[in-house]
Amino acid sequence: MRPVALRLARLLLVLIVLGAVRPAGAVDNVPPLHDPVLQQRYLALTHEMRCMQCQNESLADSPVSLAADMRGEVHDLLLQGKTDQQVRDYMVARYSEFILFRPPMNWRNAWLWGAPSALMIVGALVAWRVLLDRRRMVDSDDSELPDETRHL
Amino acid sequence: MNRFLLPLGGFALLVVVLVVGLVHAPEKDIIPSPLVGKSAPQFSLPNLFTDQKAVSSDAFRGRWSLVNVWGTWCEECRAEQSTLLLIKQQGQVPIIGIDWKDNDADAMNWLSQLGNPFERIGEDHDGRVAIDWGVYGAPESFLISPTGVVVYKHIGALTPEVWQQEFLPRIAATPSAVTGPAAAGGA
Repeated sequence: MRPVALRLARLLLVLIVLGAVRPAGAVDNVPPLHDPVLQQRYLALTHEMRCMQCQNESLADSPVSLAADMRGEVHDLLLQGKTDQQVRDYMVARYSEFILFRPPMNWRNAWLWGAPSALMIVGALVAWRVLLDRRRMVDSDDSELPDETRHL
Repeated sequence: MNRFLLPLGGFALLVVVLVVGLVHAPEKDIIPSPLVGKSAPQFSLPNLFTDQKAVSSDAFRGRWSLVNVWGTWCEECRAEQSTLLLIKQQGQVPIIGIDWKDNDADAMNWLSQLGNPFERIGEDHDGRVAIDWGVYGAPESFLISPTGVVVYKHIGALTPEVWQQEFLPRIAATPSAVTGPAAAGGA
């Protein structure tokens, strides 16, 4: 009898933990779209846009009332037959590019997109030079190394 | 010499980047509005004073106006109220209030307690007009030109200093040719 009670208790604990975790994902009070394709696009769009009040959360995850209103706006725009890009443009026109988690590739953002590659190239050049210097040092020192190390 | 030049240069660059970041840190929460320089969004909202006609973008025509987005739930708006009353007293620019996601009774209560600086107040119950204006945190204030263009946006409570330094010069700077003949009465 005892192990069963223990197992039940453990199950209960798991349920409690799950219950505590779930509401964070279930804040959406906007009614779901009946068309599953539209609903899928709604989810994708609200996940790629930023809540303007709690700036590191997406519209989909934010419990703030403004985020709920903005999800409602996305919902309605999709129902009106707007494309994903039109919905993005609508929000960007009001809240600026800042609302997009993924900054668009344009000249103003070129440094943002280019910087990682530029740093990679600089890093590779530095590494290459260091390695080259080291090899030169080893080459010139080779004859003076003690016997044991040379065999390594 | 050359050995130290490159790392030193890299370090200097890093310092510059960090200093720029630090200097701009206080503005982190202020996102410039893409609406500035464009026509103010059209809207029509029920008047808080239900016996008066709807509050709409027609209110901007032919005169400078200040659109203030507020709510009784917003603590900073309470702090801002004295500046708004001051602006009303100066009589130069009418203030059009957008009461954002509020309850009419609370709003009436607030006005009777703190005074009413607004020429008219629209009730944005569902918050859709606020979204159309790109509002993300009350209080926000928009300066609208006589041709209905958003000239400036201030996020956060207005102070007499902000009003004097940011708003009044912009009103003065616009030549009357832009405002047109319709502005003669309002300006």
